[in-house]
Amino acid sequence: MKLKTILTAALLGVTPAIAQDAPPLPAGLSSSDAQEEADKKDRSSSAPTLPSGLDDNTAPTLPSGLGEPTGPALPPGLAGNESETEETTLSNTNEPFSAPFGLTGFIEARAGARIVSDPTQKTLSIGEIRAQLGRDIETRHATFRFVGDFFYDQVEDVSDVDLETGRGFFDLREANVLVRPLEFLDIKAGRQILTWGVGDLVFINDLFPKDFRSFFIGRDDEYLKAPSDAIRISAFSNIANIEFVYTPRFDADRFISGDRISYYNPALGRTAGRDAVITPEARDDWFSEDEFAARAYRNIAGFETALYGYAGYWKTPEGQTPTGEPFHPRLAVIGGSLRGPVRGGILTAEAGHYFSRDDLSGADPFIRNSETRFLVGYEREIASELTASVQYVGEILSDYAALSSSLPPGAAAPDRMRHVVTLRLTKLMLNQNLTLSGFNFWSPNEKDGYFRFRASYKLNDAWLTEAGGNIFYGSNENTFFGQLQDNTNLFVGVRRNF
Amino acid sequence: MFVKKLVTTAAIATLSISTAFAQDVQEIVNKASVAAYYQGEDGRAKVHMSIKDAQGRERTRDFVILRKDVDNVDNGEQRFYVFFERPADVNKTSFLVWKHADADDDRWLYLPALDLVKRIAPSDERTSFVGSHFFYEDVSGRGPEEDNHVLEEETDDYYVVNSTPKDTAGVEFTSYKNWIHKTTLIPVKTEYYDESGDAYRTYTALGVETIDGKPTVVKSSMADTRIGGVTEMQYSEVAYDTGLPEDIFSERYLRNPPRRELR
Repeated sequence: MKLKTILTAALLGVTPAIAQDAPPLPAGLSSSDAQEEADKKDRSSSAPTLPSGLDDNTAPTLPSGLGEPTGPALPPGLAGNESETEETTLSNTNEPFSAPFGLTGFIEARAGARIVSDPTQKTLSIGEIRAQLGRDIETRHATFRFVGDFFYDQVEDVSDVDLETGRGFFDLREANVLVRPLEFLDIKAGRQILTWGVGDLVFINDLFPKDFRSFFIGRDDEYLKAPSDAIRISAFSNIANIEFVYTPRFDADRFISGDRISYYNPALGRTAGRDAVITPEARDDWFSEDEFAARAYRNIAGFETALYGYAGYWKTPEGQTPTGEPFHPRLAVIGGSLRGPVRGGILTAEAGHYFSRDDLSGADPFIRNSETRFLVGYEREIASELTASVQYVGEILSDYAALSSSLPPGAAAPDRMRHVVTLRLTKLMLNQNLTLSGFNFWSPNEKDGYFRFRASYKLNDAWLTEAGGNIFYGSNENTFFGQLQDNTNLFVGVRRNF
Repeated sequence: MFVKKLVTTAAIATLSISTAFAQDVQEIVNKASVAAYYQGEDGRAKVHMSIKDAQGRERTRDFVILRKDVDNVDNGEQRFYVFFERPADVNKTSFLVWKHADADDDRWLYLPALDLVKRIAPSDERTSFVGSHFFYEDVSGRGPEEDNHVLEEETDDYYVVNSTPKDTAGVEFTSYKNWIHKTTLIPVKTEYYDESGDAYRTYTALGVETIDGKPTVVKSSMADTRIGGVTEMQYSEVAYDTGLPEDIFSERYLRNPPRRELR
């Protein structure tokens, strides 16, 4: 009798499947919707036993009364008696420590030392306690953002606050307002961090200020970017997105000037440091010594493409007045970039031509020549949680003949072209709480390089410890990285985020 | 005589059922994918993640996730926007995914302290999402066409589907088994098996609520015996069909988060 019932049900179930090609409901399912416990029990007991082994890995036991394990227990909400389980109780989340007044940021201590002797510098390369405080304020029409760092620095003998160079005891990182006056327009005005371009720690069309001092002494990566006092206007459309950045007063890089990191001084013919600090002529006239930067970008077939333009000044003092005074000569740059997926990785390419506007002929030996810079890079995961990225960077002097013939007698001519190869390896371990990373710059023609490595470990959601090093090497003391050899350092740090 | 005829008919009926199943298991999986990842045209949720390692130490992540189905096509293109709030070191970090049905997903990460938009290599979709036991792919969904599916069994409540990858490169499992709830088509449990057939990774839906008429997993967990520990995800403030504009899923909003939609 029972057999007959099942068979009939089976036959009934098949018919619609043939008729309308819909997924056929096997016998039993249609009635399972009724979800009556008694009914369930009845059917379940008549079901065939599971093949051996299956019950092992399907684990959870069924509610009492159901003989055989036929699958995981239904979670609350699917059990059928909805009224009882409608409200899923979510356990209270542990409220982490947060600072008052909605402040976010961190407090950290960092210490490091030179591991080679440098007669012109202190042995201590970094020794500071830093507290970063940030706050966003949202109003109906605008978002205000403030981020500032208070710090005590054992290395530099500067006590007055200088908001341009970030020295003293306070560095204002951001103080800006973002408004959206039109549907397609964003305007961000004030002190802000600005970045664009596709290079990995190599910047061609990004002429926003960098802080190489922080970068070389082991501060967090975020300090490679120095703030700009600028207005950024972004317009968005389906054809292309266009951005203008106007900096009313020139923002130089926080460059290597000798007071903290030693460098090769060609006038002295040796490595110099605190005994020959570079102080370039100021470029601080509002609205006349200003900078324009622009970018137009859009996606084309999965690739992000962009065009760039810049009019301003060399960000480092690449010129010398007849009296030997260093200054920032005028500069214009045009370029483009490309980034997209290729064979399971990300391919990047960027190029830019630097017009040294105070020496367009290239005949002035005291002003840096025009040049073309380009890079090609590729990044992909090469093993689990291990990412590798390589880049080739080339820099070609534009008026090499003019430069060579204008050099003073005895002066060594630079190579016409500088080549740099970079390699980055990043490995995440221990549930991504431990990050090991290495980044190497190497120039085959200048026979020098720079290796930065870091190990950082998240003790918990708030605490992070870090150790790393900045190793400079080279055969000569007058090359780009070779001149920095005496600054090779190791550092440790600990940070509490809030 | 009558009995014999009946048995023959039954045998034919059984055959027909299994052929019908072979065609329709793909449909079950497609619908399960829709139930898990394509409810409504768009959606948003706040997510709290509790990550417990093998020693029981807990890390947490809090983020808001926005989703939009391009042209409202089920199992088609999707956009995801993830905005991190906690822990503090990733506060205001945003993450954008353009999920493609038949190509690698495009992914970008924005680091606000550097104002840097970084594009992430697509090869690692089966690696940990923000240090949790969930993979990127578990968050955005695995394409139903990426595996061969067999309806292994039916219980009162579940379709039990066994799936093996069409392309074994890039996946760490040999097969996985899915318990799909019949009424709602929500995957309630997923077990991933290694070469020796041992289950090492288990997803479990721990709580379901009906939101805007759509059964929604609001609590789930992923355990992984290879690394030990378990991650629990809790969804709150879930909403569907909020009319998210598609341009939110762009570099513009990566840099300047869509505050209204995230709130």
